[in-house]
Amino acid sequence: MSDQTLSRRHFLKASGMVGGGIVVAVALPGCAFKGPHPIEVTDAGFVPNAFLQITPDNQVTFYCPSDEMGQGIRTGLATIVGEELDVNPATMLVKAAGSHEDYNNPEFRVQGTGGSNAVRVFYEPLRQVGADTRALLLNAASLDLGIPADQLLTADGFIVVGDRRYPYGDFVETASSLEMPIATELKAPSSFRYIGADAPRVDALAKATGTANFGIDADVPGMVYAVVVRPPVAGAKALNFDDSTARVAPGVLAVVPVSSGVAVVAERYWQANQAAKKLTIDWEETPLSMVTSEQVRQDLSAALEADDDTESTREGDPEKAFADADAGAILEADYYAPFLAHAPMEPLNATLRITEDSADLWTGVQFVGAAQGVLERLTGLPRGNIKIHNQFLGGGFGRRATLSHIVEVAEIALSVDKPVQLLWSREDDLRHGFYRPAAMMKIKAAADNEGQITAWQARRSGANISAQTFKNALPGVLPNLPTGLLNGLAGAMDYVFNNWAVDGSSVEGLHETYSLPSYQVSHASVDHGLPTTFWRSVGHSYTSFAVESMMDELAEAKQLDPVALRLKNLKDKPRMQNVVAKAGELMAAMTVPADHHLGFAAHSSFGTDVAQIAEVSVSEGQIRVHKVTCVVDCGLAVNPDIVTAQLEGAVMFALTAALYGSIDLDGGAVVQSNFHNYPILRMNESPAVDVVIIESTTPPTGIGEPGVPPLAPAVANAVYRATGQRLRDLPLQLA
Amino acid sequence: MITFSLNGELVHFNGDPSTPLLWVIRDDFKLKGSKFGCGAGLCGACTMHLDGTAMKTCVLPVAAAADKAVTTIEGLGNPEDLHPLQTAWIEHNVPQCGYCQSGQIMAAAALIADKPSASSEDVDNAMSGNICRCGCYPRIKAAIMSVAASALSYDAAAAEANS
Repeated sequence: MSDQTLSRRHFLKASGMVGGGIVVAVALPGCAFKGPHPIEVTDAGFVPNAFLQITPDNQVTFYCPSDEMGQGIRTGLATIVGEELDVNPATMLVKAAGSHEDYNNPEFRVQGTGGSNAVRVFYEPLRQVGADTRALLLNAASLDLGIPADQLLTADGFIVVGDRRYPYGDFVETASSLEMPIATELKAPSSFRYIGADAPRVDALAKATGTANFGIDADVPGMVYAVVVRPPVAGAKALNFDDSTARVAPGVLAVVPVSSGVAVVAERYWQANQAAKKLTIDWEETPLSMVTSEQVRQDLSAALEADDDTESTREGDPEKAFADADAGAILEADYYAPFLAHAPMEPLNATLRITEDSADLWTGVQFVGAAQGVLERLTGLPRGNIKIHNQFLGGGFGRRATLSHIVEVAEIALSVDKPVQLLWSREDDLRHGFYRPAAMMKIKAAADNEGQITAWQARRSGANISAQTFKNALPGVLPNLPTGLLNGLAGAMDYVFNNWAVDGSSVEGLHETYSLPSYQVSHASVDHGLPTTFWRSVGHSYTSFAVESMMDELAEAKQLDPVALRLKNLKDKPRMQNVVAKAGELMAAMTVPADHHLGFAAHSSFGTDVAQIAEVSVSEGQIRVHKVTCVVDCGLAVNPDIVTAQLEGAVMFALTAALYGSIDLDGGAVVQSNFHNYPILRMNESPAVDVVIIESTTPPTGIGEPGVPPLAPAVANAVYRATGQRLRDLPLQLA
Repeated sequence: MITFSLNGELVHFNGDPSTPLLWVIRDDFKLKGSKFGCGAGLCGACTMHLDGTAMKTCVLPVAAAADKAVTTIEGLGNPEDLHPLQTAWIEHNVPQCGYCQSGQIMAAAALIADKPSASSEDVDNAMSGNICRCGCYPRIKAAIMSVAASALSYDAAAAEANS
């Protein structure tokens, strides 16, 4: 069978999503279409569902619905489907799925990758896809061989009868005429062969040989190259510009105003890059033009002093609990985290070819469906005629969840009538980005003499991500909504989050790790207009710093062991209790040189519990982190080596932020421009990382992000032990 | 016209001689394994060999390659014929997003060619010009050290055989 037009129902049956009790992705209106799967069917290839193709030569291809940005998801999801299909993931071809509603993230209900959720949300559906497809192949083999299916076994891509082995590929023709079994029984975890075992990444060979294709590597015949000059202050419009020199520079084909600035289009990238420097542009002044980093910090502090924040969550009666506490037993401290850039190694780019009746986009984007929607809106083409060729992402960290580069390339391609490759420079990336918002946090806590926290108040001020994200994604998610309505909706979201509801991502992590008998979490929205978005671990990236610093400050005040104090406050959190206890044992057994000091922190995020111990020394005002030991419970580790790699990487990512990370504003413009003033940790500064994974058979939880939050407070707590200085500002700088 | 050897083949470039070598290799000769990361010689994603020396080619004018031998990741090895470092990269599951890895491997290959049994300190020094935002450093280092260790044991075996 080479049927490319499988029906929605067929897919649901194939994936066991009918009657199997699994939540079925329901697409938002207008954000999906029911066309054929974007699968290139090879000779006599059998496509039983949206995720698999099996050819007569026994090659199994898996179409991965989540974007590979380094987190190992192609390997992880291939392992999950391969386990039940009984095919070694290492022998599969794994490809990025194109854009189709059948690839929607079951939780987001659009096709997207983020929030460390892919393994968790696809764990059951993809096992079901594998199990049902295997059952179908068994039925086909039974017919072809004349042997009852229950007398057939499978082993690694083969049907096995006694000592004879037949490749799955032998039965695809028969299989294509049979009804797909549904809700086939899944394996017991005790019989897993691939899930839970270390295995090579399916993309390691391509990435070690320079043959992995990223968005920037797209090469379309006849394409031209574009760069965009954007305003120094985000959102400012060009009042007028002089392109007389740029227009006649070598290779330049066009100078095009776009909504984000002015684009220069040339025969070669380097020509566009050079000519862009010859543009003179007058930009408008905006309220952001007056803002400096000092101002941001002051405004965030003032917002908390004003004491009119909006309550997010509460438990018990914290006011009474504080009143009942001895005055000397109450601690209060402010913690600050600055704006941060993602700085993925691959600068943003997009290559777009528009013809009369079709569009093809090559890029790396975390929200494929929304990118398709943006093109639907801007080109007016029917959604089914717009193909997204999503490539490997050269780092994401949240940055590729935004769509501004897709909007830019569409505006340019529509105006020059040629295939266009748009490339951002590193300066563009750092100066014209979407940032992790700055955050001021005030924590007030009271504990009894045994270390039991009796009252907790956590307040945060700063910008909210969700309203902005909604605003940015809306044109893509609802491509057919008229612009006026769109602006109205976006404005409503702004109003909601800035006035009466608290954006969960602004305060996440301010209380959840611990069992607190009484607490209050509240928020004061302060938005200076610098664009913000998700940044690896989102709100947790700063809330953990405040909470885990305060835990050590409480331990110090009560003269208790910091690990013991944490354990005292984890009564209803058995999984984290176990992680902290295990990490505490490891820490107690560590012997370090006299001038090295240990710091501890733990944080729960994305369903995963992580504790970290940082081994730190301080010499001549320089903080040096020698080793970080991580204990993690992320449920069943689908590929333990990838879990380990994610924690190693998270430590480096978080340490870069803890030691160096700061995006500063001067006159509203971002000061940092490249890696000399936005430094990234290098090999000679990188610590050794030890990872202990708690054995578990519970379903997997997130791993891409949860290693980030505990690192900064673990280092700050170690620095305190080393120097007696309690650093409450990020990045960590000694007085 | 600028002539140089690209992965063993003589090639000619007629454009602006101040164009950085990276863009000539990527956009004119269509070898896409070498990457653009910073355009300022700060991250090493664009590392190639010029007469065997690791160079940051995003700031190296193509004119500097005239009559020289340029080697890119494509010339170092390929999926059918891997360089020992590429084999080590796969064995250690080094890459995450993978974008910087061509540059990392080219920097490491120049080091190993120069110092086959490089020390831990040699590796830190040689690799500190290459940024990995995913933070694969522990594995990059382990992969290089495994190749260096096999050179060391080869040296030791050879020394023993000669003694």
